[in-house]
Amino acid sequence: MTLFGYRIPMMASLIVWGLLWEIVGRLDLIFLIPPLSGIFEAGVHLVQTGSWQAASMITLRSFALGMTLAIGIGVPLGILMGRFKAVDNLMGLWVNMFVSAPLSALVPVLMILFGLGETTVVVTVFLFAVWIIVLDARAGVTQVPQSLIEMGRSYGANGWTLFTKIILLSALPEILAGIRIGLIRGVKGVVIGQILVSIIGYGELFELFSRSFEMESFWALTMILFVAAMLLSALIELFEKRVEYYAGER
Amino acid sequence: MPQAVQSPVRAGAPAASDDAVVQVRGISKTYNDVEALRNIDLDFARGKLTTLLGPSGCGKTTLLKIIAGLIPASAGEVRVNGRVVTGPGPERAFVFQDFALMPWATVMRNVAFGLELRGVSAAERKRVAMQYIEKVSLTGFEDKYPHELSGGMRQRVGIARAFAVNADVLLLDEPFSAVDEQNRRKFQEDLLRLVDLEKKTFIFVTHSIEEAVYVSDRIVLLSPRPGRVSQVIDPAIDRSASPDDIRRAPAYLDTVEEIWDGLRQYAD
Ligand SMILES: Nc1ncnc2c1ncn2[C@@H]1O[C@H](COP(=O)(O)OP(=O)(O)O)[C@@H](O)[C@H]1O
Ligand SMILES: [Mg+2]
Repeated sequence: MTLFGYRIPMMASLIVWGLLWEIVGRLDLIFLIPPLSGIFEAGVHLVQTGSWQAASMITLRSFALGMTLAIGIGVPLGILMGRFKAVDNLMGLWVNMFVSAPLSALVPVLMILFGLGETTVVVTVFLFAVWIIVLDARAGVTQVPQSLIEMGRSYGANGWTLFTKIILLSALPEILAGIRIGLIRGVKGVVIGQILVSIIGYGELFELFSRSFEMESFWALTMILFVAAMLLSALIELFEKRVEYYAGER
Repeated sequence: MPQAVQSPVRAGAPAASDDAVVQVRGISKTYNDVEALRNIDLDFARGKLTTLLGPSGCGKTTLLKIIAGLIPASAGEVRVNGRVVTGPGPERAFVFQDFALMPWATVMRNVAFGLELRGVSAAERKRVAMQYIEKVSLTGFEDKYPHELSGGMRQRVGIARAFAVNADVLLLDEPFSAVDEQNRRKFQEDLLRLVDLEKKTFIFVTHSIEEAVYVSDRIVLLSPRPGRVSQVIDPAIDRSASPDDIRRAPAYLDTVEEIWDGLRQYAD
């Protein structure tokens, strides 16, 4: 970004918005918007509390469990769909329907099925993340170039060898892309799940802060979540770049 | 000018260079309702380079892949070293038109891939691969990935991979079609050098008449679809001459003309 001929770093716009927020907050116009400095203060205090640490542990655990399930089931299912027409016919309809369905609407049903607890949150994470992982793994497997498969066969690979040495590696960039989007959806899943269940983890804290009008803590928690999601995404992107590099252009 | 027989006779090796390594008998191929090949009978002589030449879509790739055992024929059989082909085998190696390199693997790993599949030890396959990387002038590029190489260099990797498994028969499907014209000539010269060096049987597919005449001991002209053998030509070209002299030699020019005449009947 350049302004009046000067190069301005990207962080500058963040500072401008931050200042604006601080001013509006200090003016005490809307109680929903406390000064940014207050939020930071609340944040520093918040992360030292036992309740935040416990909530973070529960959140991380639900997220990790849900994602493990989503990847562990999604990738093999996608690969099977890509390799076997029968599986594709059987599952294709559901996967395509759920991948774009408004899954938040299902969470109340999940609460009835799995109770007001961690299980519901884990299942929510799973349901948010799994479909795109399936679809991308399936796409990766179906897009393996025919000539690469013929190459493998002509040099003596078949069955399992062909699958592990050619098909899987060729599909890896797509599989990883699916997992990255799945992780981001999983973050949404864990937050939405906890807020709707509202008695565990961050959902409980959100509920507490908004009910007692602790806006500083409320915003601090929101920002912690945003930053965590962004960091996670950047981390995966970094990893993906390395794999992309090996995969090169197709 | 009859061409001098180049193969020095090794002890125990068959003296005659005329025995057929690959025998194609009555091969037909129909894809769904497209008849690609009709009743092909051909013998491919040991140690020679035979070219399948014909217009696009006449079934050259199909025939080559049937010989490779990659696709089944609708009728007829192929024998390699006397054994009926039922699938790919270690005595045949394929060079693909689109290179078919593994984008996630280095030049070294790509070249050694055939050996890796055969369970050759890491040290041994590195040694063999290195030798062929050198033969196709890619020394220094062992650790590069395919996307870091030019089209010509990628096909050198494909060729090195085929040589590395030490097959008797090399099947090359328009290996130079994605290579630009200047490099193409260089490739053709390099190929002749390798043919001379390696003493293997080459089955080479192209749709370029000049390329076919330049590199071949024998040219099989295929008719447009359904592909049939329409003519077999043995260019009598002295390959000891320099590349430029070969391309100016009357025998070379006459053969190109002869093939053009043969193809004229199919034009329009
Ligand atoms: N997998 C396939 N399915 C259906 N038709 C095919 C297939 N492969 C090739 N063909 C057809 O068979 C004919 C011969 O193809 P091909 O062997 O690739 O010709 P060439 O290599 O001489 O250009 C073409 O008409 C092509 O369209
Ligand atoms: Mg072809």
